[in-house]
Amino acid sequence: MSSLPAGFWNRILFLLQNYGFSLLKGAGTSLLIAFVGTLIGCVIGFIVGIIQTIPVQKSDSFAKRALLKAVNLILAVYVEVFRGTPMMVQAMFIFYGIAYLLHYVMGMWFAAFFIVSINTGAYMAETVRGGILSIDAGQTEGAKAIGMNHLQTMLYVILPQALRNIMPQIGNNLIINIKDSCVLSVICVVELFFASKSISGTYYIFFEVFTLAMAMYLIMTVFFSRLLRWFEKKMDGADSYDLATTDTLAHTSGMLNYPGKRG
Amino acid sequence: MDNNETILAVNHLSKRFGENTVLRDINCRVSTGDVICVIGASGSGKSTMLRCINLLETPTGGEILFHGTDILSGGLSLSAYRAKVGMVFQSFNLFSNMNVLDNCMVGMRRVLKLDKGTAKEKALFYLSKVGMSPYINARPRQLSGGQKQRVAIARALAMEPEILLFDEPTSALDPQMVGEVLNVMKALADDGMTMLIVTHEMAFARDVARHVIYMDKGVVCEEGPPEQIFVSPKKQETKDFLSRFIRG
Ligand SMILES: Nc1ncnc2c1ncn2[C@@H]1O[C@H](COP(=O)(O)OP(=O)(O)OP(=O)(O)O)[C@@H](O)[C@H]1O
Ligand SMILES: [Mg+2]
Repeated sequence: MSSLPAGFWNRILFLLQNYGFSLLKGAGTSLLIAFVGTLIGCVIGFIVGIIQTIPVQKSDSFAKRALLKAVNLILAVYVEVFRGTPMMVQAMFIFYGIAYLLHYVMGMWFAAFFIVSINTGAYMAETVRGGILSIDAGQTEGAKAIGMNHLQTMLYVILPQALRNIMPQIGNNLIINIKDSCVLSVICVVELFFASKSISGTYYIFFEVFTLAMAMYLIMTVFFSRLLRWFEKKMDGADSYDLATTDTLAHTSGMLNYPGKRG
Repeated sequence: MDNNETILAVNHLSKRFGENTVLRDINCRVSTGDVICVIGASGSGKSTMLRCINLLETPTGGEILFHGTDILSGGLSLSAYRAKVGMVFQSFNLFSNMNVLDNCMVGMRRVLKLDKGTAKEKALFYLSKVGMSPYINARPRQLSGGQKQRVAIARALAMEPEILLFDEPTSALDPQMVGEVLNVMKALADDGMTMLIVTHEMAFARDVARHVIYMDKGVVCEEGPPEQIFVSPKKQETKDFLSRFIRG
């Protein structure tokens, strides 16, 4: 343990030289948890949101309707429980609950991914449901009218549009997860906050360490929100389009009036 | 009507929404090459009739026979039936996540399971038929209303349906774009395409239709060749509707 210099900037420099790597590693851990958690969370959210928007028809069999009702009830409970409790408490509850009941201690990575995914999934389920419901009914009718079934309509028409519409929400969740992965420090996941806390505890310097932590969180969140904004733009496709041929007849065909039409 | 093969026969079709009976005892027969125009006041059930025919709404009574097969009792799969009965909507309903070409290809690829090359070839053929082949890379939001409707017609044609249903295809368009869509439809009629068209374009109905159905309050009030309906209608309701329409 080398000795601590005096002065704010000297201390920052000292921390970067001696602990830069462990802070970076903590930041990397935060990012990885946020990424995997958001990704799996989105998958969960899509599955739940899709199941919740399956249309029920009067003509469907009783078994199908009963099954859908039961599944929807379970999903509703899942969404309420995980949206209605703090992730920090969920982390303690799940980690120690499983250790107590199943005599199994989850690994750090598994616990982190599991908790963030299941939490994000609960939020995304509502977002996806809203995203699907927000797509104009005409899109579904257009798809049905050319013979697509429910699955095809969802896969090729509705979900791509819903995904585009909820991209800002997905980005938002990623940003939240980058920050909120810090609550996993309560189950000893060594992410950026945990790393910062250990370093500050060693030297009893808090301001300098957390200045660095603040900066690192901010760089990560700003960078990824910009990246996602760019990605959204890319999803929209080009603002203009190229005409495929120079067939002049085709251009002007729109200008002719129907001859029989009056006034 | 002529003696061509009957594609579609609608017998005693009725539709209720709750307590509200919207269609009552509708009978209609569509044979190869027919161009039938359906006219009538707003709320008379024209859209509901078309939507029942391609099962976007479930009829509450009657039968729909497609080449003699009752489709309401599940004699034919919904997908297979709809692939054969195309529909063009007032609001276009183009897929906004796809460009023009993909809009026309997706049905052929996913429903008819055609390979990519064939689907593309056919899509381009039908797009050029409606004068939209230069626009294959455009997204629907980048097109004018008339262009969107022509793409929607190409999308329906690309499925090579036996009959094409139109629900007021020009009602959402600015007046200067109505002509381009009607021209396309006229050309299809001249090609022998079988069509059932709900429209408020009386001049078009008079010139293009081989049979006109006038609907009033959920029933077929009068039907016959365009000369009869537009020149010497037999029913007072038809006269009143047309005179109201012409006075505008
Ligand atoms: N989904 C629905 N639920 C309840 N009532 C409906 C529904 N769809 C249509 N109707 C009713 O059915 C009647 C006929 O409607 P429809 O849309 O078929 O008329 P239309 O002849 O196409 O009129 P327009 O010329 O305005 O398009 C109307 O009174 C309408 O309110
Ligand atoms: Mg209508």
